[in-house]
Amino acid sequence: MRELPWPAKIYLVAVVAVAAGLIGRGLIFSEHLGQDEWPTLLVLALLFLVCESVPTLLNVQSAAMSVSFSAALAAVVLVGSVGAALVGATAVLSVRPGLPPHKRLFNGAQFAICGYAAGWVFESLGGHRTIVSDHRFADLLGPFTGAAAVFVPLNFVLFAVMLSLAGQLRTEEVPLRGLAQFFISYLGYATFGLLIAGLWATVQSISAVLVLLPLFIARWAFGQYLAQQRSYDATIAALCQAVETKDYYTRGHCTRVSAASTMIAQEIGMGPERMRAIGYAGMLHDVGKLGVPTKVLQKEGGLTEEELAAIQLHPMRGLEIVRGIDFLDEAFAGIMHHHERQDGRGYPMGLAGDEIPEFARVIAVADAFDSMTSDRAYRKAKSIEEAVAELRKGAGTQFDPDMVGAFIRAVDRRGWDPPGKVAAPKADEVVETVAKDHDDPTSPIEVVSER
Amino acid sequence: MHGLDSGRLLLICAAGVVTVCGIAYTAAVGLVDPQIAVAFGVLVAAGELARLTMPGNREVAPIGAAAALGYTLLLDVGGVPAEHSALQVVAVMSAGMILGALPHLAVGRPPQLDAIARRLLSGALLAFAYRPLAPALYDTTGDGKGTWWAVLGVMAVLITAMLAADVVIAALLRAEQVRTAFRVAIRDELRMAAPLGAAVAASGTLLVLASHSMNLAALVVFAAPLLVTQVAFRKYAGIRATYLQTVRALARVTEVGGYVEPGHSRRVSRMSVAIGRELGMAEPELLELEYAALMHDIGQLSLRDPIPGGATVLTDPRTARSIAELGSEVIRKTGVLDRVADIVRHQGDPFGGPEPPPPLASRIIKAANAYDDLVGGSTDRDRAAAALERLRLDGGDEYDPVVVESMAKVIERTGPDNHL
Repeated sequence: MRELPWPAKIYLVAVVAVAAGLIGRGLIFSEHLGQDEWPTLLVLALLFLVCESVPTLLNVQSAAMSVSFSAALAAVVLVGSVGAALVGATAVLSVRPGLPPHKRLFNGAQFAICGYAAGWVFESLGGHRTIVSDHRFADLLGPFTGAAAVFVPLNFVLFAVMLSLAGQLRTEEVPLRGLAQFFISYLGYATFGLLIAGLWATVQSISAVLVLLPLFIARWAFGQYLAQQRSYDATIAALCQAVETKDYYTRGHCTRVSAASTMIAQEIGMGPERMRAIGYAGMLHDVGKLGVPTKVLQKEGGLTEEELAAIQLHPMRGLEIVRGIDFLDEAFAGIMHHHERQDGRGYPMGLAGDEIPEFARVIAVADAFDSMTSDRAYRKAKSIEEAVAELRKGAGTQFDPDMVGAFIRAVDRRGWDPPGKVAAPKADEVVETVAKDHDDPTSPIEVVSER
Repeated sequence: MHGLDSGRLLLICAAGVVTVCGIAYTAAVGLVDPQIAVAFGVLVAAGELARLTMPGNREVAPIGAAAALGYTLLLDVGGVPAEHSALQVVAVMSAGMILGALPHLAVGRPPQLDAIARRLLSGALLAFAYRPLAPALYDTTGDGKGTWWAVLGVMAVLITAMLAADVVIAALLRAEQVRTAFRVAIRDELRMAAPLGAAVAASGTLLVLASHSMNLAALVVFAAPLLVTQVAFRKYAGIRATYLQTVRALARVTEVGGYVEPGHSRRVSRMSVAIGRELGMAEPELLELEYAALMHDIGQLSLRDPIPGGATVLTDPRTARSIAELGSEVIRKTGVLDRVADIVRHQGDPFGGPEPPPPLASRIIKAANAYDDLVGGSTDRDRAAAALERLRLDGGDEYDPVVVESMAKVIERTGPDNHL
């Protein structure tokens, strides 16, 4: 509470006062709540509490929201505005350890206000509690839609005002996509509220169980999914790093290329699915390097044609390894062609310009940049400025100028964390180092003629 | 296409007979309440279209199952009693399933016959048990205006019985298919089926109640909670499949790097899983075993140069131990596969050493690895027999004799090239 700025405190007090006023007035001055409705109200409040205590993970990115919304809207239909306000107010009691009291208070108050307002709209649109018991489901639709249409934006506004007063909201941080997702999921929850209310007359509280059980199971499955997803990301990173351990200086290359590729992808506006895919492609782009014999990588001076061919085969080798992973799909092209050049002098296929898949053009920039800004056995790391200058120089011949531009913008805005100085290996430590880095555009591999 | 074993064949035939009876009967007497039948049939078809494959190659169609359940248990639509017979339920169900499977067939993804047969049969069982009771049950609700508690109770009991029967059939089939003990299969199936089964049961019941209080238009709306569940499970199944594919794929880097013989990790993992099944390991343990077996040589990536011919039983114990340690370190870095890391760490430990015996999974990998080093991809029976003999000689000291005997059984059953 103390860390809140004073406008937020005033707002909090105002919201709580309004909520208390609405409930108090409703309880004293009107006969909105009949004696026989108290059991229903109690059950709904309990349901609301249960839902509120387990915020769903159905939609992780957006604000913590919960199935409780369905219960609150069901309450609007079943026990009227005052009842809905009372049900909403129980959010104060929700079992969420670590939630500070002032947040609880605000939560309860804003749910109460939303419930009351939605109930008022429901009743003024002609909705009444008897609709449900009379099985006039069609008549329920209009008022219910009105109630939900008030509940959701009001809820959102009350919260947004609080966040902005508390200084936790910057407008540019509310992405449109997230907002749309938020409203769609709320629409879904509204539907579930309608279902609960519609069946209440037949089977009472069982209707809530039947509607919410699949949702809770879905929540559980989503939790499992997220856990697996995290585990998967960690595993793929660990395995890629294992591939790199052999070369002392390239450790961490895969994770950094993955990060840089994702930055570019975000800058050029790729969707979330493709962004994830390119992250994996960046991570996996060099797994085929293991097929290049160590002695070739460690050889000083020029390489023979044959040895060069061995290096140039690594994108194909990489592809061969990951081909069994179905979902990568577009990432395959990225891995296979990440050494193509705009002028068509790259490998393995010598594609040029737009023939090169988009993923590959992204990874090529990220790959070269990380190579230049990392220490190598034969040179020190370049500064970010030098590396950017090199990228600019190569734009149009080696790199796609759009990707270079996007990357530079991303680095300008968000910065880049280079791997830092790699301590020279200790004298008694046996480490593998290579004499050349195939990713480094500033020191191309020389080829010596065999004759 | 896998060969069909007798249990699956029986199941498919039974489902076929029931389907033919249902459709023939319905064709003969005509469709009762055609509108309702079509509405539910369409929902079944949509559910079948949206079927998904859960981990362990289990095909499920939750929305279709819920729709079938709803149609089976239907008492009335908006107060008008539903009077369709059990055979009509079967007909609608099978027509819907066939319709929903057609688009999949068209793009070359035929349904698993045994899975679809099981879905149909368990639905039919419930229909034959419930439909005769339906008029009496509807009377207890006083034309839908009274209490529904008795109806709900009967539904709950019968649905539970159906789900139990379904699990038993699935476990029987699985036990036969992957050669595992029946009790292990029951546990595995139960673990897989319980969450989805509960969601399907709830949604099916919801459809019955919705048809009572509202009308058929509400069907789609009432499938919504299950739709959310289905999305969640599809994502989960997707990541599980991807995970396995990825570990299988990346385990091959050791082959590409020339550290081990081509196909080594894959063969060791297949053999290990087969032995694990033989020894009655449950699915979660088998998954860990498979991961560990696939990655058991990952530690070699940290070696300076590949050991000529790969790390084999002939590698000196110190190097073998360090490979195990290094590999375990790599896997531990994931932060999530700690048990797998542990299995990999102990993969070289002798069975009869002074320390307590290594985990069962490690003992299995040790034996499977040694066998593959000796036999490789060869299909020569004599070579397999000689390798087994050698492992038997070391049994008790190096290898767990129980594991070696299970391996002998697996080899006898599948042939030395271990095509499982």
